[in-house]
Amino acid sequence: MKVINLVTVSLLLMAISGCSSLGSSKKDADSMQGDVAVEDRNADSSGLEGGRAYGSDMNSEKQVVVGEDGYQDAQFNDPSSPLSHRVVYFDYDSSSVRAEDLPILEAHAAYLSAHPNVNIRVEGHTDDRGSREYNLALGERRALAIRQILMLQGASINQFQVTSYGEERLAAEGYDESVWSKNRRVELTYLGR
Amino acid sequence: MTKRWLMALGLLVSVFSWQAHAELVIEITGGSEVALPIALVPFGISGPAGPVDMSEVIRNDLAGSGRFAPLAKQDLISQPHEQAEVNFADWRLLKAEGLLVGKVNSVDGQTYDVQFQLFDVYKGQQLVGKRYQVPASGLRRLAHQIADQVYQALTGDIGVFATRLAFVTVIKNNDGSKRFALQVSDADGANPRTVLQSKEPIMSPNWSPDGERLSYVSFENGKTEIFVQEMTSGRRDSVASFKGINSAPSWSPDGKKLALTLSKGGNPEIYILNVATGNLSRVTHNSQSIDTEAVWLPNGKEILFTSDRGGKPQIYKVSIDGGQATRVTFEGNYNSSPDVSPDGRFLAMVHGVSGRYYIAVQDLASGAVQVLTETGRDESPSFAPNSRMILYATERNGKGVLAAVSVDGRIQQRLGEAGIDVREPAWSPIRK
Repeated sequence: MKVINLVTVSLLLMAISGCSSLGSSKKDADSMQGDVAVEDRNADSSGLEGGRAYGSDMNSEKQVVVGEDGYQDAQFNDPSSPLSHRVVYFDYDSSSVRAEDLPILEAHAAYLSAHPNVNIRVEGHTDDRGSREYNLALGERRALAIRQILMLQGASINQFQVTSYGEERLAAEGYDESVWSKNRRVELTYLGR
Repeated sequence: MTKRWLMALGLLVSVFSWQAHAELVIEITGGSEVALPIALVPFGISGPAGPVDMSEVIRNDLAGSGRFAPLAKQDLISQPHEQAEVNFADWRLLKAEGLLVGKVNSVDGQTYDVQFQLFDVYKGQQLVGKRYQVPASGLRRLAHQIADQVYQALTGDIGVFATRLAFVTVIKNNDGSKRFALQVSDADGANPRTVLQSKEPIMSPNWSPDGERLSYVSFENGKTEIFVQEMTSGRRDSVASFKGINSAPSWSPDGKKLALTLSKGGNPEIYILNVATGNLSRVTHNSQSIDTEAVWLPNGKEILFTSDRGGKPQIYKVSIDGGQATRVTFEGNYNSSPDVSPDGRFLAMVHGVSGRYYIAVQDLASGAVQVLTETGRDESPSFAPNSRMILYATERNGKGVLAAVSVDGRIQQRLGEAGIDVREPAWSPIRK
């Protein structure tokens, strides 16, 4: 019975929080296997009175677990094609595209222009120094700089999905410029549809 | 108990088993010369002992604050548990300024009768004395509340031991994937519990002024989205999922509004969201710059925020009704992540010097800046609700850890833990 309750609570919760994008039936099935669960940790503090209800809020925070939303890669695996290069790197605290990356971006713009039904995810990242929130904005600024170049060369604005992860998804971890430079990047992902 | 329920329980236990290793422990790394000598006599216990050693919790709280020097247990000259058993002359010889005694009686194995008395040893007078009845589950919190009363009676400052911390933990799985959790612990790092778990990053937890809700940023749907989650019910609502960035939520002092960063207009700007009505008003209009990380001044009418409108990130002040922003920080070429002390006197921030980042505090009246930390990898400052300490994230041995420093820089604490990354701390308000 309690398993059913747990699942019911999970589904209710997903409804409340508007997780419609989680909503393929396969995902829901996965969720039922335990990825989305709410636990009542309040069970030991019921029915207590006192001058002041000490303890009534100990361990009373409920747990919520959420799943992952996914996306698919398209086929761009020929190493001789500039389209196989789908990561562009940046200088520290900069969103200026390096000259050496322009031919790669030209090729992507040409592909998008020739395939108006193909979309692309442009994901901005930073190194992990300084403010996380500022870095989130800096990652977006980098992604938008790439989008701007691709659009100037023929891609259409509605082909883009722009996202920033700031410093939340590092490509490499460490404490020197060789690592930081790998993290200051924009990743391009073609979206099948 | 049915078999299915046992299976469900097993599932939850497996989800939570790592938490046992995640407990934070306060370590004083730099103390204050003015720590007050105090005698903490272990409470007398009658009946079955409770699940929490209250005397130990109180001792750790007071010693961990850096403002008290508890006498060593073997130096305690006697073991009084109430005033009639106290010989003040003995304690004067030991140079204890304060003396705490108390008793814990098990009423029925589930309810505990707890009393304590704090004495001024030199005057031979009781400063505070109280008696409580609490359930077993309330003993730890009561211990923190007693420590708060001792702290307040002897220092004059509000105690914050009974408050909570929120923070984000990250576990790297063997397959390289990560598991993010938003956790809440007691102020001493003990008793951590997960309030949200996700495969995607979680950022920027921020407590509502009543301590009942957390706002935070979650990437669970493949992009930033701001949620508000009720702590007791677990109910969560997405309050901002516009195109672009949805981040940096900060509760207004009245708990009705959130300041947010949204880039739905093409550029990160500060907005104010009325949480009940959903009404959104824009505060900043600066299409070339990053404007983010708003925090409210206690007047509820102005915010401080980070902006690179001058070329590098600095902290600015603006009315929530808009208008001209004025620059607040001038020292150095990187100042970000502002937090304002609840008393409105100090601004804590991340202060960058040549690619290294420290926690600094600025006196908002005089403009004087003091750098408080040393590692160069310090971030996310969050004031304690009594405005005395600043909690922040740093790194040790390649792992994210939490630390705290007093506003004057004299008391340094580390909240150590084993093996997992901890980041993005937020100190809760005081529960009324």
